[in-house]
Amino acid sequence: MKAIMISGRTLAQGAGCESKMSADFFKAASVCSLSEKDYNSLGLSDGRNVLVKNSFGQAVLSARMDAGLPPGMVFIPMGPWANVLVGPDTGGCGTPQYKGVEVDVEATDKPVLGARELFGDIGRASA
Amino acid sequence: MIVSDAICSFCGCLCDDIEVEVEEGRLKRVKHACRLGASKIMGHDRIKFPMMRRDGKLVETSYQEAYDRAADILLCARHPLLYGWASTVCEAQKKGVLLAEEVGGVLDSTATVCHGPSVIGIEEKGLAGATLGQVKNRADLIVFWGCNPAEAHPRHSLRYSSNVCGMFTPEGRKGRKLVVVDVRETRTAKNADKFVLISPGSDYEVISALRMLVAGKGDAVPDEVEGTSKAELSSLVELLKSAKFGAFFFGLGMTHSRGRYKNIDNALSLVAELNAHTKFVVMPMRGHYNVGGMGQVMAWSSGFPMSVDYSRGVPYFNPGETSACDVLARHDADAALIIASDPASNFPRPIVDYLAKIPVIQIDPYENPTTLFAEVVIPSAVSGVEAEGTAYRMDGVALRMRKLVDSIYPSDEEILTQIIESVHKKRGTVGCEKEA
Repeated sequence: MKAIMISGRTLAQGAGCESKMSADFFKAASVCSLSEKDYNSLGLSDGRNVLVKNSFGQAVLSARMDAGLPPGMVFIPMGPWANVLVGPDTGGCGTPQYKGVEVDVEATDKPVLGARELFGDIGRASA
Repeated sequence: MIVSDAICSFCGCLCDDIEVEVEEGRLKRVKHACRLGASKIMGHDRIKFPMMRRDGKLVETSYQEAYDRAADILLCARHPLLYGWASTVCEAQKKGVLLAEEVGGVLDSTATVCHGPSVIGIEEKGLAGATLGQVKNRADLIVFWGCNPAEAHPRHSLRYSSNVCGMFTPEGRKGRKLVVVDVRETRTAKNADKFVLISPGSDYEVISALRMLVAGKGDAVPDEVEGTSKAELSSLVELLKSAKFGAFFFGLGMTHSRGRYKNIDNALSLVAELNAHTKFVVMPMRGHYNVGGMGQVMAWSSGFPMSVDYSRGVPYFNPGETSACDVLARHDADAALIIASDPASNFPRPIVDYLAKIPVIQIDPYENPTTLFAEVVIPSAVSGVEAEGTAYRMDGVALRMRKLVDSIYPSDEEILTQIIESVHKKRGTVGCEKEA
């Protein structure tokens, strides 16, 4: 399913953002919310995950229904999982486009990566 | 011991009615804070000691060794980036300006990935501003556009805007109209009298249509503007014009979407033009508690509010070129000092992949994904909780943050002072320095 991804603050994400390596932050930020229509059309249910991808990267996230979202839009709390999908271009003003990102969404049985695994292949982290 | 009227160091609301209970030098309880503020003030697992990376692993070191290694990295770098600064106090930020000048680096704050476009828009257009006190006491119409204070600034509506009782707004929520414009029905939207759903990335077009309607040129507005009906926009304009005192708050829904600073520029024009009909003010919903302070400190010291490059010997500002993401994206920074922020989580991943390849000095109370690839890690006291200093609220009002408890960790200001001293001491002796 093609969708527009919006990232932003949530209460749980904000409460955990000074403890980013914690289980609470993982639970709060590695989530993808979908509209009721999209959630159902992808055959999702409690505990199911979605694979969200575009040309910049891909992330597996736990799926959640949010009745406030219009169909065709998904929401991911701001953080390292959402930013896998955000491109580096700043439009000449220094700020990447964190909202309105084109993505593909599908149901998946793959697991959601924790913060350390998400950065496992980066720089010195694997050393 | 009870500390009353403490200031919360989470978001730009800087709520100054927090009550903190301290027992045997430790924080026991916090009252009146929202979930975000309480979590910040109470704290979590700390980085216990300074660390340096040896053979790929972070190992314990002394503070002095960490300061000296940080100085080596900065002196050896051709074009270091000094980034973060929003969650610390102005006194530390001042030291950041000094250090950036000393090492000829790029100094940038988290505004660059947050309200940076607002800063640019305000420079372009000017801002019909107000204090939050004026809004509390006078505003009978509140607009939240592309922001969700119910989750990002949870006490904003209760202390300053839609739901608070003020001097000339004694009825609180009942006496005010609340308008929310967003691309989704947020928790904030559920509290609104009028919720206008717009398409993602259509802010510029919708604001342009509103400006035409305010100017009485509705004939030129099509029946539908990017999916929003003209009738809906016309009724919104009537509501805006009918206010005695309107306050327009905007968030990252505008700065992070297509159009970015032009969205802000356009919104500031809309508010300026509404002043031909009634009193209207506008304000960005600043995120980190002292991101506004960093803008102030940089502006009075360099003339520019963010993204300042000191490598030319004079401050040079050109967002899109001298902003943190751009400097990293074109592989133009060869070392970074990261303070009170976590770019590994908050920058686009391709930029983080490059950041992880250059030497990174991290100053922070807490471990976060940036720690995973940092070369030097220096734990600090939590500014605004364990270290005092000045912070600027989202409306530009400066407030003094008190120290609530003692800390075994040095403050950001102390750490930066020591690094600057080490830079002075080591200059010319490191052996890998760029030529003057």
